[in-house]
Amino acid sequence: MRGAIVLAGALAMNAGAQAQTTLDAVKAKGFVQCGVNTGLAGFSQPDSKGVWRGIDVDLCRAVAAAVFGDSAKVRYTPLTAQQRFTALQSGEVDILARNTTWTITRDTSLGLNFVGVNFYDGQGFMVPKKLNVKSARQLNGATICVQPGTTTELNLADYFRARKMTFKPVVIEKLEEVLNAYFSGRCDVFTTDVSGLVSVRGSRAPKPDDHVILPEVISKEPLGPAVRHGDDRWFDVVKWSLFAMLEAEEMGLASKTIEQALANKDPAVQRFVGASGDIGRMLGLDNRWAFNIVKQVGNYGESFDANLNPLGFDRGINRLWTQGGLMYAPPIR
Amino acid sequence: MNRRRVRAVLYQSALAAALVLVAWYFVSNTAANLETRRIASGFGFLAREAGFEIGESTFIGYGAADSYLRALTVGLLNTFRVAAIGVVLATVLGALLGLARLSPNWLLARLAAGYVEAIRNVPLLVQLFFWYALISESLPGPREAFEPVTGVFLSNRGIAFPWVASWVPFALERPRLEGFNFTGGTALTPEFAALLAGLVTYTASFIAEIVRAGILAVSRGQVEAAYAVGLGRRATLRHVILPQALRLIVPPMTSQYLNLTKNSSLAVAIGYPDLVSIANTTMNQTGQAIEGIAIIMAVYLTISLGISAFMNWYNLRVALKGARR
Repeated sequence: MRGAIVLAGALAMNAGAQAQTTLDAVKAKGFVQCGVNTGLAGFSQPDSKGVWRGIDVDLCRAVAAAVFGDSAKVRYTPLTAQQRFTALQSGEVDILARNTTWTITRDTSLGLNFVGVNFYDGQGFMVPKKLNVKSARQLNGATICVQPGTTTELNLADYFRARKMTFKPVVIEKLEEVLNAYFSGRCDVFTTDVSGLVSVRGSRAPKPDDHVILPEVISKEPLGPAVRHGDDRWFDVVKWSLFAMLEAEEMGLASKTIEQALANKDPAVQRFVGASGDIGRMLGLDNRWAFNIVKQVGNYGESFDANLNPLGFDRGINRLWTQGGLMYAPPIR
Repeated sequence: MNRRRVRAVLYQSALAAALVLVAWYFVSNTAANLETRRIASGFGFLAREAGFEIGESTFIGYGAADSYLRALTVGLLNTFRVAAIGVVLATVLGALLGLARLSPNWLLARLAAGYVEAIRNVPLLVQLFFWYALISESLPGPREAFEPVTGVFLSNRGIAFPWVASWVPFALERPRLEGFNFTGGTALTPEFAALLAGLVTYTASFIAEIVRAGILAVSRGQVEAAYAVGLGRRATLRHVILPQALRLIVPPMTSQYLNLTKNSSLAVAIGYPDLVSIANTTMNQTGQAIEGIAIIMAVYLTISLGISAFMNWYNLRVALKGARR
């Protein structure tokens, strides 16, 4: 039903509002509206005090810190996998930071622009230990729980087709309901991105040790934030907010040390914190945009450690390129 | 008199023009917005490969290599299947409950009244979750399935039972456990069973009240006259009360059939692959929400108008000649 409401919003969108950029609109209303997952520990989930936490949430906070100098100026819209694209397309949210896989279809015909990748992932399978399954190749004939409208759903079909195996999908939109179906034994297997499996096993399973994640990773799932197509200024702001977090980690700048960096004589650091040059102004922001991001949100590594380490995530390919990972920011100059 | 008519025509054309203008505004605005954001539009996607699997496909085969159009057809047939079976079962159960509520047997009447009040006052969505949880959580896994009758297996994968493998020579095939699940025979999935149970029990509670109202609306004199000419209770019900009650019952029953069919779209909450569920997936994979919603609306409108047309035809047939209004 929500889809229909969002759709009505899309129909009613005023052509006049198009002329104004998202950055101007965000500045005028005084906060960033961020579309996040309805509750995926480590990515976006409210904590016991109702404060949203996670690496996707941190990206939203970074953008708010860059635009307003205040990372708290974010409002969150929890979205299911099915609602997310319509919500962004129709302007209900300014950023979609909802562990969303970057694909060419989404980049082109869905009218989105992915700003980069904040988590490199891949699809995996989780099964109850008692089924004694050791490999995804043994899953012929299994009943598999999956969320609709995801790349997961398509990869799953591809994987079984390519191997001439069959399966029965049980497709439920709400994460809570699909997990109930899996944990109650309605399905033999739950599949999603490995990060999602780790998160769900750690935070939702009645007994985490009763479930194993199979060794096969069957797809590439680069997860990243997206903005609407056709608004380059806003695209730049969100993109470089993400890069600033990566660059800060590479430069060794963290929330606790960034104050001292103001006095650092290294020209690259000087540019980064806004003590020299006018990079912030080129983005249409305050010159201390990157300083504010690191000061209030932290660098990428800090965000990863705070949100994902407690759930048992390995940094793996999400390390910086300098440490053998894939995380790489273009030069900030 | 004449001026009044002219004014009426003027007002109505102004209203019509305003409506057309508003519609044109929305359509052109939407098209412009889709264009600026480079969001694909049109129905070309229907011929493309869907790429996702569907849990159950009743009358036609389906695989991930088939088109979106075929996937949507599977969804439509699944909607038809649950709606058609649901309408029949709800009518039977509702009629029995309605009669039970009027029964001289105190206990039976109270039980029926209790059923009606309890069921029709709880939201259907909640009841669907209840049925689904009941089936998927209280029943054992396939490897420990109940076998109440030989060859019939109850598990959280649904009800598996023997089915005809070939008609000539006639042969039944029994389900057997193979790997993760039962193969052979046929099975009702928990999603279908939960949806059907929810729709039938819920709609039956409304139908019961319609049947009761219809019977009570037959004038008392008719019954007394029937008794006076020596008809028994049963014969009175069959030949005097029900034929007259039916005429009163048909129009409100149409609404209940329409409700049941439209309510079947709540299937999406418990994972039964009905039209809405498949259309939602399609919208999300292709990003074409406007086309998807348009398809859903067109299909439900067509089904509903179809049911209405049939019921109107039936109503005219059973109505008293000369009593048409």
